[in-house]
Amino acid sequence: MSNQNHNEVSYLEYQGKYKGILSWILSTDHKRIGILYLISLMIFLIVGITFGLLMRLELLTPGKTIMDPQTYNAIFTLHGVIMIFLFVVPGLPAVFGNFFLPILIGAKDVAFPKWNLTSWYLYVIGGLLAIISILLPGGPSDTGWTFYIPYSVRTGTNVTFALFAAFILGFSSILTGLNFITTVHRLRAPGMTWFKMPLSIWSFYSTAWIQILATPIIGITLLLVAFERFFKVGLFDPALGGDPVLYQHLFWIYSHPAVYIMILPAMGVVSEIIPVFARRTIFGYNFIAMSSVAIALFGSLVWAHHMFTAGMSNTSQLIFSLLTMIVAIPSAIKVFNWVATLYKGSIDLQVPLLYVLAFIFQFTIGGLTGVMQGVLSIDIHVHDTSFIVAHFHYVMFGGTGFGFFAALHYWFPKMFGRMYNKKLAERTFWGVFVGFNVLYFPMFIMGWLGMPRRYYDYLAEYQIYHVISTIGSWILVPSVFLMFGYLVYSAFKGVVVTEKNIWGGETLEWQIDTPPIHENFTEIPAVTEKPYEYKSNDLITQFSEAK
Amino acid sequence: MSSSEHTVSHVHRDDVASRMGMWLFLFTELLLFGGMFILYSVYRYNNPDAFHLAAKELNTIIGTFNTAILLTSSLTMALSITAIQRNNKSLSIFFQLITVVLALGFMVNKYFEWGAKFHHGIYPGSNELLSKPAGEVLFFGLYYVMTGLHGIHVLIGIGLILFMTYYTVKDIITKDNYMKLESAGLYWHLVDIIWIFLFPLFYLIT
Repeated sequence: MSNQNHNEVSYLEYQGKYKGILSWILSTDHKRIGILYLISLMIFLIVGITFGLLMRLELLTPGKTIMDPQTYNAIFTLHGVIMIFLFVVPGLPAVFGNFFLPILIGAKDVAFPKWNLTSWYLYVIGGLLAIISILLPGGPSDTGWTFYIPYSVRTGTNVTFALFAAFILGFSSILTGLNFITTVHRLRAPGMTWFKMPLSIWSFYSTAWIQILATPIIGITLLLVAFERFFKVGLFDPALGGDPVLYQHLFWIYSHPAVYIMILPAMGVVSEIIPVFARRTIFGYNFIAMSSVAIALFGSLVWAHHMFTAGMSNTSQLIFSLLTMIVAIPSAIKVFNWVATLYKGSIDLQVPLLYVLAFIFQFTIGGLTGVMQGVLSIDIHVHDTSFIVAHFHYVMFGGTGFGFFAALHYWFPKMFGRMYNKKLAERTFWGVFVGFNVLYFPMFIMGWLGMPRRYYDYLAEYQIYHVISTIGSWILVPSVFLMFGYLVYSAFKGVVVTEKNIWGGETLEWQIDTPPIHENFTEIPAVTEKPYEYKSNDLITQFSEAK
Repeated sequence: MSSSEHTVSHVHRDDVASRMGMWLFLFTELLLFGGMFILYSVYRYNNPDAFHLAAKELNTIIGTFNTAILLTSSLTMALSITAIQRNNKSLSIFFQLITVVLALGFMVNKYFEWGAKFHHGIYPGSNELLSKPAGEVLFFGLYYVMTGLHGIHVLIGIGLILFMTYYTVKDIITKDNYMKLESAGLYWHLVDIIWIFLFPLFYLIT
């Protein structure tokens, strides 16, 4: 507020107390923290993808292809730990939530900017611990990302570091959630009632509640495993009287809701992008908003479906099976509403929408196979096979990953004030889409036929599927890296964009400067109507002219 | 009240938001301990006799004494907030320091209590303990982990209150701006409440 000129400078050029790199890593500006998260997430994503690629390469032939079994065990563990705790869980909230949540509700920052920065530091510390666990003698953890007892107590590898990494990352996640809930409650612009909020805010808000309520449970559980290793407390170790199944319960009480931490924000982004490129009001706003809350609620009650084969009473099995199917209802409501929004819309098939359509396609496959696994008899058949691996990659990568890419292409011009090459982006999309499906679809088939997950070796009859799958990884990985390449290039050298509203969106981020000024709004806007009204045709014509 | 205006984020002060943030944080703390309370319930249900026997080894007198100490410290904490609200800075500092002294007293008692058990060879992983039935191993495992984690929270609380005392001395916490002290107070009451559940579960139900 000191100087009017300050208000004109974009957040990228804004000079605060510090200069150079310090002006980024000590900044409490939610936009800069979003970018910090984006960079660190991308680095870990590249590491995770590389591990995945190596795994696929190893599985190309039965027996040894490029690595020994112990390395393979370490690599699938690291792939899981990095992808789950360092990419998909923080994923959209940490990057796009931080950057756009305050803007979308008409605020100048989150409620607790300093805690926001702290959460990024915790993220970095957690990431470093995970890397230390790889480098230290003893070797990287080989337990799988689930750290199941008793093996995680017995193995001589650096499990403790991986546990602490996950523990600290949990704190980072809690701080983000706490910040978002308070921000949404306290900092909405005048006139923005709950049902006038953009739908992504509903998603981030529901996610934040899961982050707060579920994460402490994994925190204490992982801490107890560490105690178990150090002090032989005996709370989970069957040799000392503990119950390993109880560990699994506590682990999944967090880790199942965590998959909704991963998918809900992506659903929010999809709800944000679809009306913009269909040029019409979202169909069933209230249902989409409430289904986010319903997913958060029911998603917290289904954890035991991960343990149908681990020893559980028939009654519990029935209840958890039923609840699992109930979660599918709000998810389906969203899918139907998205499709209904597209129906008879003036569809403008831009890159973000392509990713969104791929999201819907893949999420539907991933979601429906999820319902199949909720059926007790089928679950026993497919338990611990690559069918499961295919299922959660269709949801986590085909869903959240593609949602992340969609958000990246949608908001990129707003974040950096520059544009990527649309034609190149479109071609890359097809590489990513085809590569993804070639990579993961065969896993459904071989899993159904009995190929176990996490196995180093396999019978020759499964090889054809492994070969197709590995070929898929050769299409997918270069395409994703190409995407990162042109995005990084465009962030520095892309065509400059100064238009406020490049896509013709009606939410608040498209009413402010590109890239946004340090304080987002020179004057806090007053909100009078729902976010996706598309009443004025001006915007639409203006947009098609600009095209 | 300034909290309803949305001014610049960096100079922005919103007591309602701070209070809300603190309460949300307290939820996470409750759930952190909640995980262990689940373990306690399941293992107690599975091993009622062993838990009954093992609980007799705990010193109810020290436990009661510690409960009284913590409850009193919660009172002095609340009094320090009331004192600052009435603009009585020195009284507030006095009560904060009393709270710290009581908390330290709690930890000293804890030290002697744990020390006595260690002396008898009852600690996680000891041969003495592992020769006992599984239920008793679990009881003491839970006892050490839960009271230990609670103890860590007491130590954090002591640090937190000392910071608040410093802020009060420096006039950062004042009659009109005491949200920090109130948050520390909320945290301290949580530490107290968790103990109120730990005490009967370990010492009284035998």
